[in-house]
Amino acid sequence: MITATDLYLYRKRRLVNMASLTLSMLATLFGLLWLAWLLWTLVTQGIQYVNWDLFTQTTPPPGESGGLSNAIAGSLILIVLGVIIGAPIGIFAGTYLSEFGRGTRFAAIVRFVSDVLLSSPSIILGVFVYQVVVIHMGHFSAYAGGLALALIVLPIVLRTTEDMLRLVPDRMREAAAALGAPRWKVIVSIVYRAARSGILTGILLAVARVSGETAPLLFTALNNQFSSTNLSQPIANLPVVIFQFAMSPYDDWQHLAWAGALLITFGILLLNIIVRVFLPEPERQR
Amino acid sequence: MKEPVIQINLDDLEQPDTARLKAQEPHVPASDDTEEIPSKIILRGLNFHYGKSQALFDINLAIPEHQVTAFIGPSGCGKSTLLRCFNRIYALYPKHRASGEVILDGDNILARGVDLNLLRARVGMVFQSPTPFPMSIYNNIAYGIRLYERLSRASMDRRVTWALKKAALWNEIKDKLHHSGTALSGGQQQRLCIARAIAIKPEVLLLDEPASALDPISTLKIEKLIDELKHDYTIVIVTHNMQQAARVSDYTAFMYLGKLIEFGATRLLFTNPAEKQTEDYITGRYG
Repeated sequence: MITATDLYLYRKRRLVNMASLTLSMLATLFGLLWLAWLLWTLVTQGIQYVNWDLFTQTTPPPGESGGLSNAIAGSLILIVLGVIIGAPIGIFAGTYLSEFGRGTRFAAIVRFVSDVLLSSPSIILGVFVYQVVVIHMGHFSAYAGGLALALIVLPIVLRTTEDMLRLVPDRMREAAAALGAPRWKVIVSIVYRAARSGILTGILLAVARVSGETAPLLFTALNNQFSSTNLSQPIANLPVVIFQFAMSPYDDWQHLAWAGALLITFGILLLNIIVRVFLPEPERQR
Repeated sequence: MKEPVIQINLDDLEQPDTARLKAQEPHVPASDDTEEIPSKIILRGLNFHYGKSQALFDINLAIPEHQVTAFIGPSGCGKSTLLRCFNRIYALYPKHRASGEVILDGDNILARGVDLNLLRARVGMVFQSPTPFPMSIYNNIAYGIRLYERLSRASMDRRVTWALKKAALWNEIKDKLHHSGTALSGGQQQRLCIARAIAIKPEVLLLDEPASALDPISTLKIEKLIDELKHDYTIVIVTHNMQQAARVSDYTAFMYLGKLIEFGATRLLFTNPAEKQTEDYITGRYG
C-alpha cells in the first residue's frame, strides 16, 4: 500500500532525476557548442582556399600564390618517423607491463613515468629534444622533429597496449601454455592476435594526436620553404606553417593557414572516424 | 626419454585388503574386479600455497593409467588447484607454490629443471570455460601441433580431422574449418578445446569442470567423449557435479578444505563411502 510519505518520496525522486538530467544535458550542449562553432568557423573561413594548388605547390613567399605540398609531405614524414621510433618501444614496454612485470614495483614505476610523459606539456618535449639533439647536430632536422613526436607517441602506445593486452583474459594464456607453448610464443601468437585491433587503435590515436602538435616541432624540425626529403635538414610541416602564416600580416599566407588548419582538422577527424568505424571493438571477453 | 612406469598396486604396498582407504600411501585402490592397474601419476605429500594461504594439505594419491579419475568436493576444496599441479600450469603465477612430489611415469615433475613446455605437451588440459584462440577452427587445432611437430600439409589435415572427429565435432564444422573458432557455440567451443588438447597426443588429459558452462546435450556429448578417450589417455576430471562423476569416472576422490578425504573405485565410493564426510557430501548434506 502506498502511503503519503511514499508518494512524496517518489515525487521528490522524480524531480531530482529531472533536474540532474537537464543539467547534464545542458553541460553536454555547452561543450558541443564550442566544437561545432570551431568546426563551423574553420569550414566557412577555410573551404574557399582549398584547391588543387594546395597539394601541388610549395609554400610561397609573401605576395605570391602557392600551396602547402611541402608542408603536407613534411608532416607525413615526421609522423611516420615518430611512429616508427615511438610505437615499437611503446608496444614492447606495454607488453612488459602487462605480461612480465605485473605486480612488480619496477612496472609501477615505469607506468608512473609513462603517465608523467603522457601529460607533460609538448613544448617541454620540444625543448628537451632541442637540447639533446638539435644543439649537438648544430641545426634543426627532421630527425629531431620525429624524435620529439616519438616522445608523444611512446606513452600513448604504451598505455593502450598495456590496457588492450590486459583485456585478453588470463585463461587464454593458460590455454596456450597448457598446450606446451613457450611464453614468448603465447604472447606473440595468441595475446597479440587477440589484442591487435586495440593496439592498432592506440597507434592511430597517437597519429591523430601528434599530427596537430606544433610546439615540439618549432624547436626541432622548424620549417622549410622548399620540398625536402633530407631527414637531417629542417623540414616543412603543417602545424608550424599554420603557426607562422596565421601570425603573418600577409593575406595570402593567412588564407593558406586557414586552408591548412581545415586540412589538418579534417585529417584528424577522418582518422578518428576510421578508428571507430573500421576497427572492431577489441574483443572484451569475460 | 620414457622412464619405466612405476607400477604401484595393492600388493606392492602391503595395504590391507580393502577397496577403499584413506590415502595414507599412494596407491590405486582396487576396483571390483581386482585387476592390477598401473599408476600414471603418483602424488606424495603434496602441499600447495597461494602466497601465504595454503590450499592443499599433504595429498597422497595414485592416478591409475587409462582410467577416468574424478575429483569431487564443494567449491574451494582445492580440486582445481590439485589438477593444476599435474601440468604445473600454476607456475605461470609467481606466487603459486607446490611442494612435495608429483611423479609422472617415475619422474618428479615438481623438481627443478623440468621443462614445463614439454611437460604440458605430455599432460594436456581443458579448462572450465571454453577458450578458443582468435583464429580459424583449423588453426586452433594446428596451433598446438605445430609447436612440436613438423607435419606436411596432408598429414596436418589428417591430424586435424582426426582430432575433430575424436572430439565429436567434425560433422558440425567440417564445412567451415576456416571460419573463426570464436564464432562457435559454447558447447562446440569446448569440444574444439578438447580436440585441440588431444591433437597433440598427450598421455594425460586434465579436464577442469569441462561441462559446467554447457547445456545438457553438449554435456552428454562430452561425457560420451570422455568414455571413448580413456582407452588412449589417462583422464583426470574435476567436477562439482556428483552425478557426472558417478557417470564418467572409474575412480573418485573426495576432497574437502584442501585435504583428500577419500579415494576409491567410483561405484564403491558412491554406494558405500568409508568416511562420514564423504557420505554427508554425496547425500547432499553439505557442499
